[in-house]
Amino acid sequence: MYTQAMDIPGGPKAVAAATPEEAARNSAFDARIAADLKIEPRDVMPEAYRKTLVRQISQHAHSEVVGMLPEGNWITRAPSLKRKAILLAKVQDEGGHGLYLYAAAETLGTSRDQMVDALLAGRAKYSSIFNYPTLTWADMGAIGWLVDGAAIMNQIPLCRCSYGPYARAMIRICKEESFHQRQGFDIMLSLCKGTAAQKEMAQDALNRWWWPVVQMFGPPDKDSVHSGQSAAWGIKRISNDDLRQKFIDATVPQAELLGITIPDPGLKWNEERGHYDYGAIDWDEFWRVVNGDGPCNRERLATRIEAHAEGAWVREAATAYAEKAAARELAGKRAA
Amino acid sequence: MSEKEWPLWEVFIRSKQGLDHRHAGSLHAVDAKQAVQMARDVYTRRMEGVSIWVVPSDAITASDPDDKAELFDPMADKVYRHPTFYKLPKEVEHM
Ligand SMILES: [Fe+2]
Ligand SMILES: [Fe+2]
Repeated sequence: MYTQAMDIPGGPKAVAAATPEEAARNSAFDARIAADLKIEPRDVMPEAYRKTLVRQISQHAHSEVVGMLPEGNWITRAPSLKRKAILLAKVQDEGGHGLYLYAAAETLGTSRDQMVDALLAGRAKYSSIFNYPTLTWADMGAIGWLVDGAAIMNQIPLCRCSYGPYARAMIRICKEESFHQRQGFDIMLSLCKGTAAQKEMAQDALNRWWWPVVQMFGPPDKDSVHSGQSAAWGIKRISNDDLRQKFIDATVPQAELLGITIPDPGLKWNEERGHYDYGAIDWDEFWRVVNGDGPCNRERLATRIEAHAEGAWVREAATAYAEKAAARELAGKRAA
Repeated sequence: MSEKEWPLWEVFIRSKQGLDHRHAGSLHAVDAKQAVQMARDVYTRRMEGVSIWVVPSDAITASDPDDKAELFDPMADKVYRHPTFYKLPKEVEHM
């Protein structure tokens, strides 16, 4: 998902308390988690819990911010003023989502600059899905319908996350997300009801996005290293495979309604399970993209670096202006 | 990074005339004026507000979570401060 790199090795591990005081604090924390109470910024929490959240929330924030790039690519080429206004609003929302999440992470004692630095230096991860190119207008439909649809499935359980500021950010985000999915589906619907060429364009977008979206939910549960601890801490409420299944079950009838075909010959309803069975997922591709070798990894990072560098003069000028204004106000007060 | 990070502000939004301002979130801005402008862009894109307050985050003094019991537990056994504590005779319909 937006934080799928949480499932790769190398994260903080829970360690045994070093002192009796620490053990007492940890057990107070465990009791709150067990009672399903929220943890707030200044409450005591184990260091590994704090570090895990900083990692997860910042990855989530980076995904929102980098996620603006594939769609930003089509703003100037939207087919109508209405579609342009909608896409612009959607991309602006994603920037806002990044901000809510960075702010939530900052309550854990990290700074915005540290997080942005980690992203720009290539030390931080963001979702694999944003390393795929947006080749046609139909990709705006497929992204809203599938990528935002998948994001909603993942983000709804996060609204109940044990860390208060993260949960509150997710509630705000979820409220905004459902418009994202609907506008995407609306684009797909228009294309599928249009000319043969338009419908073909919608099918092509589904063909290219389907597997990367299914991979977005992260590695299968059996290979997902941190899931157990995150579940115990009330950070992760539903497993990767369960969310993936839920997404596929919800999406198949929508594709049928559009009249386009999901590119998985293994997809079929399993009466016994009450779910759709699906074909083998190419996890080699997933790991390739996560580890930096997707179609657009370099381009995305280079674009972020450039945007940050080109905005430096604005940040500096604003700071200089604010300092000058404050100095002037102070001088005025002294004179009075 | 040699640049100075912009200060953090807490944002409070009045969603409707007649209601309280409520904490909406936080953001970075160089000064109060810019914080209000940014809060408008970030927190009121769907008519969520009719008024905005911004407060420098470091101007807020918060109670210590460690004092929670000392501060708030004494109120737990004062049920007589609530109207539901009092049983009224059936004949008294509204009070
Ligand atoms: Fe988002
Ligand atoms: Fe979205």
